[in-house]
Amino acid sequence: MCKECGCGIVGEVNIGGQPGSALSSPLLDAAEGSKHDHEGDHEHPHPHSHPHDHDHDTSGQIQSHQTVTVQKSLLEKNDRLAERNRGYFRAKGLLVLNVASSPGSGKTTFIRETAVALAKRLRLGVIVGDLATDHDAASLRAANIPVVQITTGTVCHLDAEMVSKAASQLNLDALNVLVIENVGNLVCPADYDLGEDLRVVLLSVTEGEDKPLKYPPMFHSANVAVIAKCDLAAAAGFDREKTLANLKRISHHARIFEVSAKTGQGMKEWIDFLVQAQESIQRQHG
Amino acid sequence: MHEVSIMQEAVRMVIETAKSSGASRVHGLRLRVGAMSGVVPDALRFAFDMVCRDTIAEGATLNIESVPAQCWCAACQVEFECEDFLNECPQCHELSGELRRGRELELASVEMS
Repeated sequence: MCKECGCGIVGEVNIGGQPGSALSSPLLDAAEGSKHDHEGDHEHPHPHSHPHDHDHDTSGQIQSHQTVTVQKSLLEKNDRLAERNRGYFRAKGLLVLNVASSPGSGKTTFIRETAVALAKRLRLGVIVGDLATDHDAASLRAANIPVVQITTGTVCHLDAEMVSKAASQLNLDALNVLVIENVGNLVCPADYDLGEDLRVVLLSVTEGEDKPLKYPPMFHSANVAVIAKCDLAAAAGFDREKTLANLKRISHHARIFEVSAKTGQGMKEWIDFLVQAQESIQRQHG
Repeated sequence: MHEVSIMQEAVRMVIETAKSSGASRVHGLRLRVGAMSGVVPDALRFAFDMVCRDTIAEGATLNIESVPAQCWCAACQVEFECEDFLNECPQCHELSGELRRGRELELASVEMS
Protein backbone atom coordinates (compact mmCIF):
# COMPACT_ATOMS: atom_id res chain seq x y z
CA MET A 1 0.00 0.00 0.00
CA CYS A 2 1.29 3.47 -0.77
CA LYS A 3 2.26 5.06 2.49
CA GLU A 4 1.54 8.49 1.08
CA CYS A 5 -1.95 8.08 -0.39
CA GLY A 6 -3.07 4.60 0.67
CA CYS A 7 -3.55 3.23 -2.83
CA GLY A 8 -2.53 -0.16 -4.12
CA ILE A 9 -3.10 -3.74 -3.14
CA VAL A 10 -0.11 -5.96 -2.51
CA GLY A 11 0.50 -8.58 -5.17
CA GLU A 12 -0.65 -6.76 -8.31
CA VAL A 13 2.73 -5.54 -9.49
CA ASN A 14 3.96 -7.04 -12.75
CA ILE A 15 7.61 -6.81 -13.77
CA GLY A 16 8.64 -7.53 -17.37
CA GLY A 17 5.53 -9.65 -17.87
CA GLN A 18 5.80 -11.70 -14.68
CA PRO A 19 4.06 -11.23 -11.33
CA GLY A 20 6.41 -9.37 -8.96
CA SER A 21 5.65 -11.77 -6.13
CA ALA A 22 7.16 -14.65 -8.10
CA LEU A 23 10.40 -12.79 -8.66
CA SER A 24 13.43 -12.33 -6.54
CA SER A 25 16.75 -10.61 -6.99
CA PRO A 26 20.17 -11.25 -5.41
CA LEU A 27 19.87 -8.02 -3.44
CA LEU A 28 16.49 -8.90 -1.97
CA ASP A 29 17.67 -12.39 -0.99
CA ALA A 30 20.59 -10.81 0.85
CA ALA A 31 18.25 -8.37 2.59
CA GLU A 32 15.96 -11.20 3.75
CA GLY A 33 18.90 -13.16 5.10
CA SER A 34 19.87 -10.36 7.44
CA LYS A 35 16.59 -10.53 9.37
CA HIS A 36 16.95 -12.00 12.84
CA ASP A 37 14.61 -13.39 15.43
CA HIS A 38 14.54 -12.41 19.07
CA GLU A 39 12.12 -15.10 20.12
CA GLY A 40 13.27 -17.94 22.29
CA ASP A 41 16.15 -18.87 24.52
CA HIS A 42 18.28 -16.14 26.08
CA GLU A 43 20.96 -18.39 27.47
CA HIS A 44 23.14 -18.09 24.36
CA PRO A 45 24.97 -14.88 23.39
CA HIS A 46 23.43 -12.77 20.66
CA PRO A 47 25.46 -13.01 17.44
CA HIS A 48 24.49 -9.50 16.39
CA SER A 49 24.69 -6.24 18.27
CA HIS A 50 21.80 -4.02 19.22
CA PRO A 51 21.86 -0.67 20.95
CA HIS A 52 19.66 -1.92 23.76
CA ASP A 53 20.18 -3.71 27.03
CA HIS A 54 18.93 -7.06 28.12
CA ASP A 55 18.08 -7.97 31.66
CA HIS A 56 19.49 -11.43 32.05
CA ASP A 57 18.33 -12.36 35.51
CA THR A 58 18.08 -16.07 36.26
CA SER A 59 14.36 -16.34 35.69
CA GLY A 60 14.59 -14.41 32.39
CA GLN A 61 11.64 -12.25 33.44
CA ILE A 62 11.46 -8.54 34.25
CA GLN A 63 9.00 -7.91 37.04
CA SER A 64 9.20 -4.18 37.61
CA HIS A 65 8.87 -1.30 35.13
CA GLN A 66 12.04 -0.81 33.18
CA THR A 67 12.93 1.73 30.53
CA VAL A 68 15.16 0.36 27.82
CA THR A 69 17.09 2.73 25.58
CA VAL A 70 16.73 1.78 21.92
CA GLN A 71 17.79 4.76 19.73
CA LYS A 72 17.07 3.02 16.46
CA SER A 73 16.05 4.74 13.28
CA LEU A 74 12.59 3.98 11.94
CA LEU A 75 13.91 4.22 8.40
CA GLU A 76 11.85 1.91 6.39
CA LYS A 77 12.48 -1.21 4.43
CA ASN A 78 12.46 0.83 1.23
CA ASP A 79 15.35 3.04 2.31
CA ARG A 80 17.43 0.00 3.21
CA LEU A 81 16.71 -1.69 -0.10
CA ALA A 82 17.43 1.56 -1.93
CA GLU A 83 20.86 1.77 -0.33
CA ARG A 84 21.56 -1.78 -1.41
CA ASN A 85 20.48 -0.92 -4.94
CA ARG A 86 22.74 2.13 -4.83
CA GLY A 87 25.78 0.10 -3.79
CA TYR A 88 25.09 -2.56 -6.40
CA PHE A 89 24.66 -0.07 -9.24
CA ARG A 90 27.74 1.94 -8.22
CA ALA A 91 29.88 -1.19 -8.16
CA LYS A 92 28.89 -1.67 -11.80
CA GLY A 93 29.91 1.89 -12.65
CA LEU A 94 26.33 2.72 -13.60
CA LEU A 95 24.91 6.23 -13.54
CA VAL A 96 21.35 5.85 -12.29
CA LEU A 97 18.56 8.36 -12.87
CA ASN A 98 15.10 8.48 -11.28
CA VAL A 99 12.95 10.50 -13.69
CA ALA A 100 9.73 11.88 -12.25
CA SER A 101 7.04 14.31 -13.33
CA SER A 102 3.31 14.80 -13.72
CA PRO A 103 1.62 12.41 -16.17
CA GLY A 104 2.19 13.63 -19.74
CA SER A 105 5.17 15.94 -19.15
CA GLY A 106 7.19 14.04 -21.74
CA LYS A 107 9.35 11.62 -19.72
CA THR A 108 9.35 8.77 -22.22
CA THR A 109 10.12 10.97 -25.21
CA PHE A 110 12.83 12.78 -23.26
CA ILE A 111 14.41 9.48 -22.23
CA ARG A 112 14.16 8.04 -25.72
CA GLU A 113 15.83 11.08 -27.28
CA THR A 114 18.47 11.06 -24.55
CA ALA A 115 19.32 7.45 -25.36
CA VAL A 116 19.48 8.17 -29.09
CA ALA A 117 21.71 11.21 -28.58
CA LEU A 118 24.01 9.25 -26.26
CA ALA A 119 24.20 6.19 -28.51
CA LYS A 120 27.74 6.76 -29.73
CA ARG A 121 29.10 7.56 -26.28
CA LEU A 122 27.13 5.65 -23.65
CA ARG A 123 24.71 2.73 -23.59
CA LEU A 124 21.48 3.50 -21.78
CA GLY A 125 18.88 1.06 -20.41
CA VAL A 126 15.47 1.82 -18.93
CA ILE A 127 13.13 0.55 -16.24
CA VAL A 128 9.73 2.15 -16.81
CA GLY A 129 6.72 2.12 -14.51
CA ASP A 130 3.05 2.66 -15.32
CA LEU A 131 -0.18 1.46 -13.77
CA ALA A 132 -1.09 -0.31 -16.97
CA THR A 133 0.04 -0.96 -20.58
CA ASP A 134 3.53 -1.47 -21.90
CA HIS A 135 3.25 1.39 -24.38
CA ASP A 136 6.26 3.22 -22.96
CA ALA A 137 8.43 0.11 -23.10
CA ALA A 138 7.29 -0.53 -26.66
CA SER A 139 8.19 3.01 -27.68
CA LEU A 140 11.65 2.68 -26.12
CA ARG A 141 12.21 -0.80 -27.54
CA ALA A 142 11.40 0.54 -31.02
CA ALA A 143 14.41 2.84 -30.59
CA ASN A 144 16.60 -0.18 -29.74
CA ILE A 145 16.80 0.67 -26.04
CA PRO A 146 17.00 -2.22 -23.53
CA VAL A 147 13.91 -1.84 -21.36
CA VAL A 148 11.86 -3.56 -18.68
CA GLN A 149 8.24 -2.48 -18.09
CA ILE A 150 6.77 -2.53 -14.61
CA THR A 151 2.98 -2.37 -14.48
CA THR A 152 1.96 -1.59 -10.93
CA GLY A 153 -1.77 -2.24 -11.14
CA THR A 154 -2.89 0.48 -8.78
CA VAL A 155 0.35 1.44 -7.01
CA CYS A 156 1.13 5.09 -7.71
CA HIS A 157 4.92 5.03 -7.51
CA LEU A 158 7.91 2.76 -8.02
CA ASP A 159 9.80 1.47 -5.00
CA ALA A 160 13.28 0.04 -4.45
CA GLU A 161 12.05 -3.55 -4.40
CA MET A 162 10.34 -3.24 -7.79
CA VAL A 163 13.46 -1.60 -9.23
CA SER A 164 15.70 -4.33 -7.84
CA LYS A 165 13.58 -7.04 -9.45
CA ALA A 166 13.35 -5.22 -12.77
CA ALA A 167 17.10 -4.54 -12.83
CA SER A 168 17.82 -8.24 -12.61
CA GLN A 169 16.05 -8.60 -15.97
CA LEU A 170 18.46 -6.20 -17.69
CA ASN A 171 22.03 -6.99 -18.69
CA LEU A 172 23.49 -4.23 -16.50
CA ASP A 173 27.06 -5.08 -17.48
CA ALA A 174 26.27 -3.93 -21.01
CA LEU A 175 25.05 -0.53 -19.77
CA ASN A 176 26.61 2.71 -18.58
CA VAL A 177 23.42 4.53 -17.65
CA LEU A 178 20.24 3.16 -16.05
CA VAL A 179 17.19 5.37 -16.29
CA ILE A 180 14.20 4.65 -14.10
CA GLU A 181 11.07 6.29 -15.48
CA ASN A 182 8.75 6.66 -12.52
CA VAL A 183 4.97 6.55 -12.57
CA GLY A 184 3.61 9.97 -13.56
CA ASN A 185 2.94 11.53 -10.17
CA LEU A 186 4.50 14.50 -8.35
CA VAL A 187 3.38 13.41 -4.87
CA CYS A 188 4.15 9.85 -3.77
CA PRO A 189 7.37 9.13 -5.65
CA ALA A 190 9.06 11.88 -3.62
CA ASP A 191 9.10 9.57 -0.59
CA TYR A 192 10.65 6.58 -2.31
CA ASP A 193 14.39 6.40 -2.76
CA LEU A 194 15.11 3.93 -5.57
CA GLY A 195 18.91 3.90 -5.24
CA GLU A 196 19.45 6.58 -7.87
CA ASP A 197 22.41 8.95 -8.28
CA LEU A 198 20.32 11.72 -9.77
CA ARG A 199 16.69 12.55 -9.23
CA VAL A 200 15.50 14.30 -12.39
CA VAL A 201 12.17 16.12 -12.25
CA LEU A 202 10.51 17.22 -15.49
CA LEU A 203 8.23 20.21 -15.76
CA SER A 204 6.73 20.98 -19.16
CA VAL A 205 5.94 24.52 -20.36
CA THR A 206 2.20 23.79 -20.39
CA GLU A 207 2.00 23.05 -16.65
CA GLY A 208 2.17 26.49 -15.11
CA GLU A 209 5.08 28.34 -13.54
CA ASP A 210 3.95 27.69 -9.96
CA LYS A 211 4.24 23.90 -10.13
CA PRO A 212 7.37 23.82 -7.93
CA LEU A 213 5.54 25.83 -5.25
CA LYS A 214 2.62 23.40 -5.33
CA TYR A 215 4.72 20.26 -4.96
CA PRO A 216 7.63 21.24 -2.68
CA PRO A 217 8.80 17.78 -1.56
CA MET A 218 9.34 16.46 -5.08
CA PHE A 219 10.95 19.62 -6.42
CA HIS A 220 13.07 20.06 -3.33
CA SER A 221 14.43 16.55 -3.71
CA ALA A 222 15.44 17.14 -7.33
CA ASN A 223 19.10 17.11 -8.33
CA VAL A 224 18.14 18.12 -11.86
CA ALA A 225 15.10 20.05 -13.05
CA VAL A 226 14.26 19.83 -16.74
CA ILE A 227 11.90 22.32 -18.35
CA ALA A 228 10.46 20.22 -21.19
CA LYS A 229 8.53 20.85 -24.42
CA CYS A 230 10.19 24.26 -24.89
CA ASP A 231 9.06 24.23 -28.53
CA LEU A 232 5.53 24.89 -27.20
CA ALA A 233 6.53 27.79 -24.94
CA ALA A 234 5.11 30.60 -27.07
CA ALA A 235 1.81 28.81 -27.73
CA ALA A 236 1.43 28.09 -24.00
CA GLY A 237 2.21 31.61 -22.91
CA PHE A 238 5.02 30.19 -20.82
CA ASP A 239 6.51 32.60 -18.26
CA ARG A 240 10.14 31.54 -18.27
CA GLU A 241 11.41 34.04 -15.67
CA LYS A 242 8.76 33.11 -13.11
CA THR A 243 9.30 29.40 -13.64
CA LEU A 244 13.06 29.70 -13.21
CA ALA A 245 12.60 31.85 -10.10
CA ASN A 246 10.23 29.30 -8.56
CA LEU A 247 12.55 26.43 -9.41
CA LYS A 248 15.47 28.23 -7.84
CA ARG A 249 13.41 28.90 -4.76
CA ILE A 250 12.26 25.32 -4.12
CA SER A 251 14.81 23.24 -6.00
CA HIS A 252 17.76 25.32 -4.96
CA HIS A 253 20.22 22.46 -5.28
CA ALA A 254 19.06 21.52 -8.74
CA ARG A 255 20.85 21.99 -12.01
CA ILE A 256 18.32 23.33 -14.53
CA PHE A 257 18.05 22.37 -18.21
CA GLU A 258 15.59 23.75 -20.77
CA VAL A 259 14.91 21.34 -23.60
CA SER A 260 12.74 20.25 -26.42
CA ALA A 261 13.20 16.51 -26.96
CA LYS A 262 11.21 16.93 -30.15
CA THR A 263 13.39 19.59 -31.82
CA GLY A 264 16.65 18.82 -30.00
CA GLN A 265 16.86 22.29 -28.45
CA GLY A 266 18.93 22.24 -25.26
CA MET A 267 19.66 18.51 -25.49
CA LYS A 268 23.40 18.95 -26.11
CA GLU A 269 23.97 20.58 -22.71
CA TRP A 270 21.95 17.81 -21.04
CA ILE A 271 23.90 15.05 -22.83
CA ASP A 272 27.27 16.63 -21.98
CA PHE A 273 26.19 16.82 -18.35
CA LEU A 274 25.21 13.13 -18.34
CA VAL A 275 28.49 12.05 -19.91
CA GLN A 276 30.43 14.00 -17.27
CA ALA A 277 28.30 12.55 -14.47
CA GLN A 278 28.78 9.00 -15.71
CA GLU A 279 32.53 9.54 -16.04
CA SER A 280 32.64 10.74 -12.47
CA ILE A 281 30.82 7.59 -11.25
CA GLN A 282 33.06 5.40 -13.38
CA ARG A 283 36.20 7.04 -11.95
CA GLN A 284 35.09 6.28 -8.42
CA HIS A 285 34.15 2.67 -8.97
CA GLY A 286 35.00 1.43 -12.46
CA MET B 1 4.02 11.44 4.89
CA HIS B 2 3.69 7.76 5.79
CA GLU B 3 2.83 7.67 9.46
CA VAL B 4 1.02 4.32 9.42
CA SER B 5 3.95 2.32 8.14
CA ILE B 6 6.32 4.28 10.41
CA MET B 7 4.21 3.31 13.44
CA GLN B 8 3.99 -0.28 12.21
CA GLU B 9 7.78 -0.42 12.24
CA ALA B 10 7.93 1.35 15.62
CA VAL B 11 5.48 -1.10 17.21
CA ARG B 12 7.31 -4.04 15.65
CA MET B 13 10.57 -2.77 17.15
CA VAL B 14 8.93 -2.09 20.52
CA ILE B 15 7.50 -5.60 20.72
CA GLU B 16 10.83 -7.11 19.68
CA THR B 17 12.63 -5.12 22.38
CA ALA B 18 10.09 -6.12 25.02
CA LYS B 19 10.12 -9.80 24.14
CA SER B 20 13.90 -10.00 24.00
CA SER B 21 14.00 -8.47 27.49
CA GLY B 22 11.49 -10.98 28.79
CA ALA B 23 8.82 -8.33 29.32
CA SER B 24 5.16 -9.13 28.79
CA ARG B 25 3.69 -5.63 28.66
CA VAL B 26 4.71 -2.34 27.06
CA HIS B 27 3.74 0.73 29.08
CA GLY B 28 5.25 3.48 27.02
CA LEU B 29 7.48 4.41 24.12
CA ARG B 30 9.37 7.55 23.23
CA LEU B 31 9.92 8.68 19.65
CA ARG B 32 12.26 11.46 18.51
CA VAL B 33 10.80 13.23 15.51
CA GLY B 34 12.67 15.95 13.69
CA ALA B 35 10.74 19.06 12.67
CA MET B 36 11.87 18.55 9.06
CA SER B 37 11.31 14.80 8.97
CA GLY B 38 8.08 15.32 7.04
CA VAL B 39 6.16 13.44 9.72
CA VAL B 40 3.09 14.88 11.47
CA PRO B 41 2.92 14.00 15.22
CA ASP B 42 -0.91 13.94 15.30
CA ALA B 43 -0.93 11.47 12.43
CA LEU B 44 1.61 9.35 14.33
CA ARG B 45 -0.71 9.27 17.35
CA PHE B 46 -3.68 8.30 15.23
CA ALA B 47 -1.65 5.60 13.51
CA PHE B 48 -0.33 4.30 16.84
CA ASP B 49 -3.86 3.88 18.22
CA MET B 50 -4.67 1.68 15.25
CA VAL B 51 -1.45 -0.27 15.03
CA CYS B 52 -1.02 -1.15 18.73
CA ARG B 53 -4.45 -2.80 19.03
CA ASP B 54 -4.32 -6.47 20.04
CA THR B 55 -0.61 -6.28 20.77
CA ILE B 56 1.30 -6.11 24.05
CA ALA B 57 1.74 -2.39 23.33
CA GLU B 58 -2.00 -1.68 23.35
CA GLY B 59 -2.76 1.28 25.58
CA ALA B 60 0.89 2.26 25.96
CA THR B 61 1.72 5.93 26.34
CA LEU B 62 3.23 7.47 23.24
CA ASN B 63 5.73 10.25 23.95
CA ILE B 64 6.85 12.27 20.97
CA GLU B 65 9.94 14.37 21.45
CA SER B 66 10.15 17.06 18.81
CA VAL B 67 13.63 17.90 17.56
CA PRO B 68 13.86 21.43 16.13
CA ALA B 69 15.52 21.81 12.76
CA GLN B 70 18.83 23.63 12.64
CA CYS B 71 20.38 24.98 9.48
CA TRP B 72 23.95 26.06 8.85
CA CYS B 73 24.85 29.33 7.16
CA ALA B 74 28.33 28.95 5.69
CA ALA B 75 28.63 32.69 5.02
CA CYS B 76 27.92 33.76 8.62
CA GLN B 77 29.27 30.57 10.23
CA VAL B 78 26.17 30.28 12.41
CA GLU B 79 23.46 27.73 13.05
CA PHE B 80 19.90 28.95 13.00
CA GLU B 81 16.53 27.36 13.56
CA CYS B 82 14.68 26.73 10.34
CA GLU B 83 11.05 25.84 9.74
CA ASP B 84 10.46 24.94 6.15
CA PHE B 85 12.07 24.31 2.81
CA LEU B 86 13.12 27.92 2.46
CA ASN B 87 15.87 28.33 5.00
CA GLU B 88 16.86 31.98 5.05
CA CYS B 89 19.70 32.95 7.37
CA PRO B 90 18.33 35.53 9.84
CA GLN B 91 21.54 37.54 9.55
CA CYS B 92 22.40 37.65 5.87
CA HIS B 93 19.12 36.33 4.36
CA GLU B 94 20.94 33.97 2.05
CA LEU B 95 19.28 30.62 1.49
CA SER B 96 20.95 27.68 3.17
CA GLY B 97 20.50 24.12 2.01
CA GLU B 98 22.50 22.56 4.82
CA LEU B 99 20.25 21.03 7.45
CA ARG B 100 22.26 19.93 10.46
CA ARG B 101 19.45 18.68 12.69
CA GLY B 102 15.78 18.01 12.24
CA ARG B 103 15.33 14.93 10.06
CA GLU B 104 15.47 12.44 12.93
CA LEU B 105 12.92 9.68 13.09
CA GLU B 106 13.80 7.19 15.77
CA LEU B 107 12.53 4.98 18.53
CA ALA B 108 14.39 6.38 21.54
CA SER B 109 13.23 4.14 24.38
CA VAL B 110 10.63 1.66 25.58
CA GLU B 111 9.09 1.33 29.06
CA MET B 112 8.01 -2.21 29.86
CA SER B 113 7.47 -4.83 32.53
